[in-house]
Amino acid sequence: MALLTAEEWEVLALSLKVSAVAIGACLPLAFALAWMLARWRFPGKVLIDALVHLPLVLPPVVTGWLLLLAFGATGPVGGFLQEWFGLTLMFRWTGAALAAAVMALPLMVRAMRLSLEAVDRRLEGAARTLGAGPWRTFFSVTLPLASPGVLAAAVLGLARSIGEFGATITFVSNIPGETRTLPLAIYSALQVPGGESAVTRLAVISVVVSLAALIASEWLARRSGHGRGRHVL
Amino acid sequence: MSFEISITLSLGSTRLAYDFAAGSGLTALFGPSGAGKTSLLNAIAGLVRPASGRIVVDGAALFDKAQRINLKPEQRRCGYVFQDNRLFPHRTVRDNLLFGWHRAAPENRWMSLDEALDFLGIGALLHRMPATLSGGEAQRVAIGRALLSGPRFLLMDEPLASLDADRREEILRVIERVRDELKLQILYVSHDRDEVDRLANQVIEIAPPG
Repeated sequence: MALLTAEEWEVLALSLKVSAVAIGACLPLAFALAWMLARWRFPGKVLIDALVHLPLVLPPVVTGWLLLLAFGATGPVGGFLQEWFGLTLMFRWTGAALAAAVMALPLMVRAMRLSLEAVDRRLEGAARTLGAGPWRTFFSVTLPLASPGVLAAAVLGLARSIGEFGATITFVSNIPGETRTLPLAIYSALQVPGGESAVTRLAVISVVVSLAALIASEWLARRSGHGRGRHVL
Repeated sequence: MSFEISITLSLGSTRLAYDFAAGSGLTALFGPSGAGKTSLLNAIAGLVRPASGRIVVDGAALFDKAQRINLKPEQRRCGYVFQDNRLFPHRTVRDNLLFGWHRAAPENRWMSLDEALDFLGIGALLHRMPATLSGGEAQRVAIGRALLSGPRFLLMDEPLASLDADRREEILRVIERVRDELKLQILYVSHDRDEVDRLANQVIEIAPPG
């Protein structure tokens, strides 16, 4: 007996693709925002902070609806993308990735901001007096010290994005092979009489994928940053 | 080698003013806690920007408000030894020692790694991580890291403060040898009269503000 049906493999592959693209695209933006919030002082910082966190507290269906307004064919961003690049996100897997990225953003920014704030800035000062410019200091001191947190943030975001449901179904609907990710497939199977065994299999996959993500984040965090000194602790 | 320092610093609502000249050897900046001695060193290193005035080393300005000169910390070639050693926790002793050496222009390096290891007696520590070093070992590595960056002068901010009596004596001797054998000019911050009497060629009293 095959472990999964062809359709279920497709769901899993799509879910991983959507999440990987979402987090890959989101990572630089999340880091920039985390840096801004951790290091800069500027008017309107409270507002930026609140906007970043909005998807965390809004009902996901509202986030999905807002994405629909902005990225729909007639929306301000969607119209622009369509006209200039012939790009449509609505009802596409790329739209699902956008929804997943927006929903994962607050978690990633929070985790990265905490890890950046935990970096001792006096070490950066020491690096500067030793002849390192701001960029060299960033790459040889700040980033390595913050990297366990940054990686953990990425994996946390990945786990969150794999579970994304409400914003996705609102924004890009539930199209098999295009936008039907794991949670949406579970939801669909629940609607079908006799779909229990499919639900069970998909739910097990969810647990396995989430566990793998968490273990991977732990492993990454352990071997990066202070890793070289670990043997002495 | 000479320093001419005449600056004011704003720290919150406090305004600190310094005006002194320092010759060769070890100059102690002596005063009670809270007199802004560390802020003064940070200003000389370029980590804190003075509100006004100028900092001149050997006739060349590191900072001059009137002439809009403000060299970046990495351009000032000062070896800074901090109170809390401030070694990079994610790098081995060797990588810490060579951090500044790699950044220095070859013609500005006046000490090799082997010479530094020999001078400070830290050859056995090379592959250790900073977290595993004792206070005295860490402070010797921190001094080595500063020397290897090819500095023109040293700034030392209470380098003995976090050490017990035996280690203090050990580091005191190292500092005396830096002063006498390497002939490096040192600005040395302390609030300890005995330390200052033993080390300093010149003492500048730093009074608390107000």
